Amino acid sequence: MRVQKCKGTRDLSPDEMARFRIIEEVFRERCLRWGYQEVRTPTIEYLHLFTSAGTLTPSMLGKVYSFLDWDGWSGERVVLRPDGTIPVARLYIDAMAGKGLARLFYVTNTFIFEETGKKTRERWQCGTELIGVNTPASDAELIVLALEILNKLKLKNVTLRLSHAGLIKALLERLDLSPEEQERVFDRILDGDARALVGMRIDKAELDSILLPLLNLKGHSSGFLKNLRAISARSLPEFEPYLNNFIDVVSILENLGIKYQIDIASGAGFEYYTGIIFQLYSGREKIGGGGRYDNLIPAMGGGDVPASGFALYIDRLMNLVEPEIWKKPVPPSVLVRSEADAEMKEAFDAASLLRDAGYTVAFDLGSGEPTDTRWLLEIRGKKPKYVLRDKFEPRAIEAETINEVMAVIEEKSGHQDSPAERAPS
Amino acid sequence: MDIKIALPKGRLLSKTASLLQIAGWGMDGYHEGARLYHLKSSTYPNLSAKMFHERDIPIQVAIGNYDLGICGRDWVEELLAKYPNSSVIKVADLGYGTGSLYMVSGLADADMNALRRRAERGTVRVASEYANLAESSALKERLSRFSIFPVWGGAEAYPPEDADLALISVSADAEMLSMGMVPVARVLDFSTYLIANQNSWGVKDLNKMIASICEGCGRLPADKERQEETGTRREMTWLSRREKDGLIRLALPDGHQQAPMLQLLEKAGIKIEDYPSATGNRRPDIGIEGVAVKVIRPQDMPLQVANGNFDLAITGRDWLADHLYQFPSSPVQELLDLKSGKVRVVAVVSQEMPVADVADLRKFIGGMTVPFRVASEYVNIADRYARDNHFGRYRVIPTWGATEAFLPDDADLLIENTETGRTIARHNLKIVDTLFESTACIIGSTRIKTDSVKAEKAKSIVEALRTAVEGR
Repeated sequence: MRVQKCKGTRDLSPDEMARFRIIEEVFRERCLRWGYQEVRTPTIEYLHLFTSAGTLTPSMLGKVYSFLDWDGWSGERVVLRPDGTIPVARLYIDAMAGKGLARLFYVTNTFIFEETGKKTRERWQCGTELIGVNTPASDAELIVLALEILNKLKLKNVTLRLSHAGLIKALLERLDLSPEEQERVFDRILDGDARALVGMRIDKAELDSILLPLLNLKGHSSGFLKNLRAISARSLPEFEPYLNNFIDVVSILENLGIKYQIDIASGAGFEYYTGIIFQLYSGREKIGGGGRYDNLIPAMGGGDVPASGFALYIDRLMNLVEPEIWKKPVPPSVLVRSEADAEMKEAFDAASLLRDAGYTVAFDLGSGEPTDTRWLLEIRGKKPKYVLRDKFEPRAIEAETINEVMAVIEEKSGHQDSPAERAPS
Repeated sequence: MDIKIALPKGRLLSKTASLLQIAGWGMDGYHEGARLYHLKSSTYPNLSAKMFHERDIPIQVAIGNYDLGICGRDWVEELLAKYPNSSVIKVADLGYGTGSLYMVSGLADADMNALRRRAERGTVRVASEYANLAESSALKERLSRFSIFPVWGGAEAYPPEDADLALISVSADAEMLSMGMVPVARVLDFSTYLIANQNSWGVKDLNKMIASICEGCGRLPADKERQEETGTRREMTWLSRREKDGLIRLALPDGHQQAPMLQLLEKAGIKIEDYPSATGNRRPDIGIEGVAVKVIRPQDMPLQVANGNFDLAITGRDWLADHLYQFPSSPVQELLDLKSGKVRVVAVVSQEMPVADVADLRKFIGGMTVPFRVASEYVNIADRYARDNHFGRYRVIPTWGATEAFLPDDADLLIENTETGRTIARHNLKIVDTLFESTACIIGSTRIKTDSVKAEKAKSIVEALRTAVEGR
């Protein structure tokens, strides 16, 4: 029987890992420069961390990997982390409560069951959480940081879509739905079901004239929101704080020259969102998103601490980054070959010295496979101790010390620091 | 093309047998006294049937071992609650065997909002035979922290002391009252369904069977009108938290182990009233000061002792082993071997399988191109056995009784208990290995040591039983 990998999982090949790492590196580098600190949470958490209202939608909870641990006789279930944000919020409450503002970031895998097995059930994301502040500027900070990372990755056709969870909830409250129905429709919108509101029975005139246009219209400027505010001010005053908040964030983005689209009904995201929701696309592919979740930490017993954050989807970004970004030349620069086992120690010592000097060194294991390495270093038991061969020159060079070897490589490569692979000029 | 149907044992058997008779299937071996589980139709030469515990039927149909099945919709929904994309189609409502699933509490003033608030502060415990539906209902009700206690039966015995809620099946609402339970949420109304495997439905011609059944169920004598009478709730004396302090809580088995248990208690000079109970009383009075008794399934006892719901319980060593294999650090331990009810836990294969022992078995599995299937009520013992013996790629199929029926078509190996080996021989099976011998035993928790008064009292009960056992 051939051994197969588990349905719904994926392997990452060396090429894919190169893509993965470059995304991770750019993300980490940018986050550190913005003053964020890296954290890591466990793969296993208690199920109840994710079950309270305002955390994960029931449809997501139906797909988490939950099980009884080896000491789970109490029936307390544990899960493979289904979400990146909630564990970080827990970590904040556990270890950082009372310390005020925290800028945190993480690179993590999340696990969600997907029935067909065609999509991967283990997903990687890199995310940030900005905890302890709820100003419009903090929302803008996250959006700008996310866009900056995507820019560094040279992603094309990146677009930003904005919505507002507070506004969606206020809208639903006007639709004469029972609290359960409101929750259900909100969950459907968050689960990305754009038709959640189609077919809703709406009787009141103001709903007809204001709510539906509001839900369906898509705008490109804060003027759009200001217009909405103007028409809703009298009949729907409860919308005002949300619209004001929305306008404040959008004004900052406009000031910074950031382009965006407003699409209220496309609130795809998590039940814990309370304020602005943003989604990032490259072409038609969603590559990330985030939003404000001021009620999550209070609901988890962590006190009145607001927060917002975003995540970028590494699996999707991996398919979009161009080779110029991730394809770095990484063949071994020097191949070391010893003629007999007796010279093995010399070979290892020579390789070690070369590596310490910054070269990539691999051993010739006698497989006779072709190599694209420019330099071949032969270790001999007799004089001359070293023979260096250059792929581009027929004549071998003899040397007695590793320093001599390095001097030749550096001179011929024409580069002091790195033993480049380019042909001699 | 061969067609296979899975037919229920138990509560639906007689009604289903009448239906098949009206439908003219010629399934003569299908009746209450049936001793063999494999059946043939004398009307349709290509139709064969097998009898299963009702609960196994949706699973057997979904995985494609059977084209058709007849069972309560409650068990179909139990499967779908966990595996919504299972390949099972509900073909027709056969109308009989109706009932409802209720979330019930033992407290008169219970309601879901109060429970939701409780779940914010602590854990809400739910006991049920329907573990998947219990979990999905708890999630749907947005209980933030809950534990599901899957039980083999008698879930209504648990609230309010040992669970906050039970998800139970009743055929009439009045049953809840007679159990002393209060409904908190109605989860599902069900009746008996004809179900089909999705693939079989798409490619096989099942129309004669389906048509005859659907036509037949119209001619079936109607069920009695469902009685929605209110009645009065059975008065129960629940143990309040304060009363539980210092009280020894003893679990005694229901079912066929009651008679030998009664004998043993008598021998130890312990009086017990209304056990076994004709009215389904699960709280008999015992003549020992400071001891309260509940009657539950022996299978469920180790988990209950581990959770501190009971201090002492009388179960089988087989169920203790199954529990400890699942939870190696559980505080449950055997306190006394009662040396009765001796069975062997054995590995069983079909007579046709060319293996005589475990070494043969391993070789045999090595040559297989599909996963090896181990069926058992003892899921954890079976899993451990397969692991310890390096069975390679194997699957454990959990069953709920009548496990012999699974060989040879629907499983390759059983882990079963047997007293004499006669049932195994009758089903054309053979024993290839004995895992261990199991007898009835008293179990308790190592945690009782923290309460010296209770520990002393528990010890005196164990000693009384020890004297009785040794004197026999």
